[in-house]
Amino acid sequence: MNPDSNAIDICFATLGKKGRVALIPFVTAGDPDVKTSLKVCEVLIENGADLIEIGFPYSDPIADGPVIQASYTRALAKNIKSSQIWDLAKAIKSLDRHRNRPVPLVGMVSYSLIHRQGVEEFLNHANDAGFSGFIVPDLPWDESEGLEKAMQTRGLKLIQLVAPTTPLERAATIARASGGFLYCVSISGITGARKDIPPALIERLKALKCRSSTPLCVGFGISQPDQAEMLKGHCDGIIVGSALVKQFVRFSNEPVERVLADIGLFCSSMRKALDT
Amino acid sequence: MTIAEKTPLSAVPNALGRFGPFGGKYVPETLFEALKELEKAFRSAIGDPTFLAEVDKWLQDFVGRPSRLFFAERLTKHAGGAKIYLKREDLNHTGAHKINNCIGQALLAKRMGKKRIIAETGAGQHGVATATACAVFDLPCVVYMGEEDIRRQKLNVFKMCAMGATVSPVTSGSRTLRDAVNEAMRDWMASVGETHYILGSVVGPHPFPQMVREFQAVIGRETRLQCLAQMGKLPEAVVACVGGGSNAAGMFYPFVDDASVELIGVEAGGRGFGVGEHSLTLGYGNPGVLHGTFSYVLQDEDGQTADVHSVSAGLDYPGVGPEHSYWKVNNRVRYTSVNDKEALDGFQLCSRLEGILPALETSHALVEAIRIASKMKPSEVVVICFSGRGDKDCYEIARLLGHE
Repeated sequence: MNPDSNAIDICFATLGKKGRVALIPFVTAGDPDVKTSLKVCEVLIENGADLIEIGFPYSDPIADGPVIQASYTRALAKNIKSSQIWDLAKAIKSLDRHRNRPVPLVGMVSYSLIHRQGVEEFLNHANDAGFSGFIVPDLPWDESEGLEKAMQTRGLKLIQLVAPTTPLERAATIARASGGFLYCVSISGITGARKDIPPALIERLKALKCRSSTPLCVGFGISQPDQAEMLKGHCDGIIVGSALVKQFVRFSNEPVERVLADIGLFCSSMRKALDT
Repeated sequence: MTIAEKTPLSAVPNALGRFGPFGGKYVPETLFEALKELEKAFRSAIGDPTFLAEVDKWLQDFVGRPSRLFFAERLTKHAGGAKIYLKREDLNHTGAHKINNCIGQALLAKRMGKKRIIAETGAGQHGVATATACAVFDLPCVVYMGEEDIRRQKLNVFKMCAMGATVSPVTSGSRTLRDAVNEAMRDWMASVGETHYILGSVVGPHPFPQMVREFQAVIGRETRLQCLAQMGKLPEAVVACVGGGSNAAGMFYPFVDDASVELIGVEAGGRGFGVGEHSLTLGYGNPGVLHGTFSYVLQDEDGQTADVHSVSAGLDYPGVGPEHSYWKVNNRVRYTSVNDKEALDGFQLCSRLEGILPALETSHALVEAIRIASKMKPSEVVVICFSGRGDKDCYEIARLLGHE
């Protein structure tokens, strides 16, 4: 892969020209099973997702909230393995052929899993499977140099995070170093749906916009279309995690089609909020 | 290489929190500043004679230090070799070494102006020690404890509540210590401004492994002085049990640069060598990341944390402190194992011969100490870090021995 033609960069460049804010839904791989995860991704793409974030289930996710951990636990109870996640990614990428816009895949994965499989081996699989970048929430910028270099040689992007507790100068440095986009954590704490947008977040986004050209995406606690509407003038993308993931538990006792339909409606309502 | 050029093994961690390749800070960005703030506060406190004097005063007047170094004459006779001494951490207030760390960290939290304390606990020993420190220092305290452990450790839950702590049940994952750590980290991420997290072992992100070691090193420092005073020499061997590894780190650290002292860490062999049957993190694990640090860890081939087992609730942890990994790869500490059955035998032996009920964790160290003492000369000395008393385990032991 040509390092200059990373799909995430192309995606944000294209969206930027149209003035469109990226909608990035998060999907746990393998909850309730890989086949259904693929269907969920299809529905999300049909309803306006620009990138998809694939969560790699992990047994001890300190950076994630109860909703995502419960989802990881369900997927692990069914014995999800990395090899199945590579197959899932390939299947999602094969959908690109039927569309005029490719949808980049971003993995969210604990460094524990990457280290155990070996950085080189993990990234080779990731590259083959069609991932364009990774968010590694338990690998702060200061510890990430080795992984970032290994990713760069493969044209993959290491997406860094900043939190409300990150001092502005450090946040600006991390923003400039981040690949693909910068993941701006909206609130201190863990992932999970929240109702309001903190004013300090808007201030932070404005300050970072002046200090780096990296696209800014906001995650943690975005669950309502009106939140998306409030944010859209201040960032380049929003990440929707827990609000979506909490739907997955319904697969255990409701018809798959009904749950998929609700997921589609939710996604398109977020899309509309960003586009109006 | 000459001795002068060689960096002593005790000169760790470095400024990045690394013990050789181990340690570091594998945490979400949200916690990064808090860890830096904690590191700064810890460095300043540990260099401040007033703070150290205050810690010492509380350890003396409240905890009851120095703890005794006791010559176990009948155990020595039983082993038929080296003299066996017990470093009696079980005589501390709350009955184990855990309180040393809690006093230090609670005083540090007050110094930092923190208004609230959180902690994780497995069997409840660290939870009780934290609740104790918070009661006496008037700090609100929330202890995260797995639902499964709450059921098994009712007495410790009662003790914590009696001292005013809130015990928060953890219902995620395996509902045990691992998940309690995850939950405490989450709380901390959301409350980091006014809250200090008192981690109970030499695990987690930097500076915790160093800080907990420093607060526990009082064990080894006292032992060293007591040996010199009572025997006029250093011991030939020192034995301690290793779960996360706090009592062992505190005991070993002051001896690390004494090449003549053999150091032996004992992990829990559980009931077998299959995955989920033991807690042999250093024996069977591989270097990996868990709970914010790079150290040996028990994982499956995909990187998921493995289930662990031990009859002793304080030893069944799938990770271990990064400094232990460092000592292992540098061959400074020999890590070995004692299984459930041997530990139960050790409990009974020590109770009958010495009139001291050891904690099941401590029983692991005891068994290995008897093993090595039997092969040593009567002029030689083995010291056991007698990490805790066995009262907490009596119901479980009675059940296992069929005395119900």
